[in-house]
Amino acid sequence: MLEMTYAQAINAALREEMRRDSTVYILGEDVGVFGGCFGVTTGLLEEFGGQRVLDTPISETAIIGSAVGAAAAGLRPVPEIMFMDFMAVCLDEFFNQAAKMRYMFGGKAKVPVTLRTACGAGVGAAAQHSQSLEAWFTHMPGVKVVMPSTPADAKGLLVASIRDDNPVIFIEHKVLYGLSGEVPEGEYVIPLGKADIKRKGSDVTVVATAMMVHKALAAAQTLAGEGIEVEVVDPRTLSPLDKDTILASVAKTGRLVVVHEAVKNSGFGGEIAAIVAEEGFDYLDAPIMRIGAPFTPVPFSPPLETAYIPDENKIIAAIKEIL
Amino acid sequence: MALTKEEMLAMYEKMLLIREFEETVANVFSQGQIPGFVHLYVGEEAVAVGVCSNLGVKDYIASTHRGHGHGIARGASVNKMMAEIFGKIDGYCKGKGGSMHIADVELGFLGANGIVGAGLPLATGAAFANNYLKNNGVAVCFFGDGASNRATFHEALNLASIWKLPVVFVCENNMYGISMSQKVHQNITDVSDRATAYGIPGLTVDGNDLMAVYEASAEAVKRARAGEGPTLLECKTYRHRGHFEGDACVYRCEDELNQWKKKCPIERFAARLLEMSLAEQDELNVIKEQVKEQIKGALEFARQSPLPDVTELTKDVYCD
Repeated sequence: MLEMTYAQAINAALREEMRRDSTVYILGEDVGVFGGCFGVTTGLLEEFGGQRVLDTPISETAIIGSAVGAAAAGLRPVPEIMFMDFMAVCLDEFFNQAAKMRYMFGGKAKVPVTLRTACGAGVGAAAQHSQSLEAWFTHMPGVKVVMPSTPADAKGLLVASIRDDNPVIFIEHKVLYGLSGEVPEGEYVIPLGKADIKRKGSDVTVVATAMMVHKALAAAQTLAGEGIEVEVVDPRTLSPLDKDTILASVAKTGRLVVVHEAVKNSGFGGEIAAIVAEEGFDYLDAPIMRIGAPFTPVPFSPPLETAYIPDENKIIAAIKEIL
Repeated sequence: MALTKEEMLAMYEKMLLIREFEETVANVFSQGQIPGFVHLYVGEEAVAVGVCSNLGVKDYIASTHRGHGHGIARGASVNKMMAEIFGKIDGYCKGKGGSMHIADVELGFLGANGIVGAGLPLATGAAFANNYLKNNGVAVCFFGDGASNRATFHEALNLASIWKLPVVFVCENNMYGISMSQKVHQNITDVSDRATAYGIPGLTVDGNDLMAVYEASAEAVKRARAGEGPTLLECKTYRHRGHFEGDACVYRCEDELNQWKKKCPIERFAARLLEMSLAEQDELNVIKEQVKEQIKGALEFARQSPLPDVTELTKDVYCD
């Protein structure tokens, strides 16, 4: 095991896959000379050169559109969209082109693009640089959606994403970039579509994503002191979703809280709640609780932003409400 | 290099094949035999054939919603294309794509496209891939005057120009973006003027003159293969039919259409072949008959092909 940050783990995955497969290349704004807006691609230009680590103009449409064309023509691009909010600028290229190509062409195309992007509030970046928009992409047949919460998961899931023949959106949480953790040495691949139980417990299941995994773990720690055992499930991949692990956990605990940083309305938590209501209704001893951000844009001023992001106290309150 | 008689006759045949295919589609569409809607290429044949005659196996094309002509010019099977338009299992996409999504990536055909202007960055990416793989291949993007107003046009041409990618951007200026005349949808007459903004060559040719298109695109493809970067080639042309089949064309006048029909690219090229004594009328008639038979066969193939089984519905969403 090696101790490294979430950003370093992503960097290691990129480096290893680029060494392993010459068709893997990186493109995006500031990914080369600058080393990435968050430093994630540091040192890659030096190792792989300008043919494989390409600084692009501020042209999200061309970044994703060209990556999709190159993927159809035999390469394995890993484009970076600096902030997830900018996906609104290049949605057609991902949604109407990459996601649908295989199906529209009767199964005769593959588009192995791994789109890396940074989501999340908590750094004072305000309404256009802080959103968690994963639910846009879980609504797209043909796309896989990955959202790692730890350095080890980030590495193993990114390697799997790059090797996957489908378009993948790999959503990194910007507050997690500096988080340190242990990462297995050498080749490390986590299959897409497998959830991870981050903490075992018997009283209530909390399904949480990205930054919220850590808030849920903090809540579980606090509640353990009160004799309440919380099981924290991190789906890691939202599409395809490992519903078996979630249902098995709810079968054991009889209670479910879903928490994400995205706005609660039409968020992915609704999908998880609906699946459990449809397929695990008999397991439930209490109503399902959903926690998400309020239905507002992400605010700038620190007290407002703090109030916007779901926290440990909200998770504890929701758990206590259904116990 | 001068074209041989055989090559010129093959180009004539390709244009006729497109025309016959499209007129047949128009006919069966009007009889309600095919679902959805179709955008036909009648009148613009010289552009697809003139450009694609310069392409080889490693090359890619990206097409538009009006894509049948590009597919045929690239060498796609008219049987499989017709079957796709009929929504049949033997179509290029097993009936899952239809007219606007006919594609054959193996053939270097990245597909028709339902989104206007979407092909520009896709072709840029395919050109990037060819450059990256050092296989000497190029990419061509066909798009209309309407698409030249989209952001994809700007981003793709800018990226292709700074990276000197082997791509040829072929604007089929048919004077209308759906119902909007070019006179009112942009403040320029020649789309090729926009090349200046990217520091790349831009030129305009008569898109109904097969040889003019062929020669200009040969030069652009040569430049691309030589690593000299992209070219913006504008071909002025006209669609004889509406934006889609069933379009009443209230936005243009009969006189304009008739003027353009007189400039039919196929008739013009036939006249040229005769004038240059490269063919006798009898020879051209034989080609015409063969083409008619071929399209008749395609129609028969499409009609005979089964509809997809409903189990196909959820297949092909992901690669396994």
